[in-house]
Amino acid sequence: MSLAFLLIAFLTVATAAVAMALRNLIRSALLLVASWAGIAAFYLWAGAEFVAFAQVLVYVGAISMVVLFAVLLTRPSRDETEATPASAGRFLPALITGGAVLGVLAGAIVGSPLRTSAKPPAAFTVRELGLQLMGPHAAALVVIGALLTVALLGAIVIAAPGRPGDREDTR
Amino acid sequence: MSAPAANAMPLLERLPVALRDACTGWLPESWRWLANSLLSIVALFVVFATLFALLTLAERKILGRVQNRPGPNRAPLPFLGIRTYGLAQPLADGIKMLTKEDIVPRGADRVLHFLAPVALLAFSIMTLAVIPYGRTLLPVELDAAVLYFFAAGAATELAIFMAGWASRNKYSLLAAMRALAQLISYELPLLLSVVPVVLVAGSLSTRVIVEKQGEWLFGALPQWHVFTPWGFAGFLIFLVAALAESNRSPFDLPEAESELIAGHLTEYSGFKYALFFMAEYFGMCALSGMGVTLFLGGWQAPFPALGFIPSYGWFAAKLLALLFVFMWIRATFPRLRIDQLTRLAWKFLVPLALVNLFTAAFWVLSAGWAGPFAFARWVVAGALVVGPFLVLGRRLSTGLGPRTYRYA
Repeated sequence: MSLAFLLIAFLTVATAAVAMALRNLIRSALLLVASWAGIAAFYLWAGAEFVAFAQVLVYVGAISMVVLFAVLLTRPSRDETEATPASAGRFLPALITGGAVLGVLAGAIVGSPLRTSAKPPAAFTVRELGLQLMGPHAAALVVIGALLTVALLGAIVIAAPGRPGDREDTR
Repeated sequence: MSAPAANAMPLLERLPVALRDACTGWLPESWRWLANSLLSIVALFVVFATLFALLTLAERKILGRVQNRPGPNRAPLPFLGIRTYGLAQPLADGIKMLTKEDIVPRGADRVLHFLAPVALLAFSIMTLAVIPYGRTLLPVELDAAVLYFFAAGAATELAIFMAGWASRNKYSLLAAMRALAQLISYELPLLLSVVPVVLVAGSLSTRVIVEKQGEWLFGALPQWHVFTPWGFAGFLIFLVAALAESNRSPFDLPEAESELIAGHLTEYSGFKYALFFMAEYFGMCALSGMGVTLFLGGWQAPFPALGFIPSYGWFAAKLLALLFVFMWIRATFPRLRIDQLTRLAWKFLVPLALVNLFTAAFWVLSAGWAGPFAFARWVVAGALVVGPFLVLGRRLSTGLGPRTYRYA
């Protein structure tokens, strides 16, 4: 546990916590981006350069855009970007759901054996990473690609108008 | 920075590194890397800040020349009163920006309003770190340098969104939405146009990519990526996407002054406004530098006989040429509409970039072909580039003839 790790961990968790607590959705989204950047910093600290940059490219570069778009397009006006507090009746189910997710994740992390060795691991180049992904882990890569393609097609089907001849106002 | 066989190089070639070592050589080994890094940062910042000042003037002069007017020519040198073709204009602009009042709208989100220009400039400067400026001038050598470059660059549009949203101005917000749409559309062709280079070079390291372009065909012709069919197509796609990524005309929709006042810059004044411009020029320099590195041979000389000119001189010449092309394009083309912008990206650039990936793969697989097969290799690769371009280009604007304006 070095000072740098503690600092990164604190910033990641703190930004995520503040993002949950804020009522202003845009600020929450931007803080969430900061939290993702913190995770990227952790990867960098751990020596996983490639994963860190990929994390920034995908999360900070792309997913943040989608989140911001969703917030802006689903709020009627900018004065309503403040989320209204939920009723007390939803507090208990929310707590149970959140606790259950936390329990499953914590159980999985604690239960999985992590092999550690005293000697530092050899530096991993991007080339080796690519060979690993294209060789032993090719099946997983293909499955993820197919899943994302299906999700993309689904999004297009939902968003597309019925037929080319249909007009916006008659649907 | 690394200096293999430093003494074998001519004096001018090793001058920057020699100067650096003279400055930091007396430090103990454990402190030297820190001092070297700080020195690299200072050097980068001084060079690019000066370049920024001169580029603003050059842009206005070039635009003036294209539009048949003189451009700025009246700012005199301080205390001398000599007008040197407006050379003191950047100085006057800088003083004006520094002394202007910094206005924050009452309804603005003060924190984000302040943070946006700072974040934008920070990310733009970060992208400059991995570009090899010369044989020995690479500030940070990373194994995944190309990925780093685009990761840092992707965050800049987020800063533009922050600026647009925090201003609490409907024009700014529209600009922010346009900036997001533009980023999502053009990130893909930009990255896809770079993938063939990585495929052929077999590395994400900018140093390796430049060194792989250093061989000579028949002992005289440079082997830059732009001189191959896939490289030529990739370079053009990269150029168009880079224009869009750096919000330059004809893709400057987020700050379209005829529709949105100044877009995300509407509520900014004083030095914050100047910071946005600084970031725009830094981003433009970084993307041009990356284009030079990936496609135009980086710091390599175009002919073996011209190798006596130091490598950073060649890089600077190529960079300035590409920046001139950016300005030339700005002076020539009208701005696109938002639907034209997204259509161009999704229906034209993305498919072309995907086809280009196949072309590059074919190029790699046919590397061993010789004699008449080498000719066939060029023909097949050329057909793979030109065919889809013609087919997609014809279909791009079908059913979208000139508009008829009934009430105008």
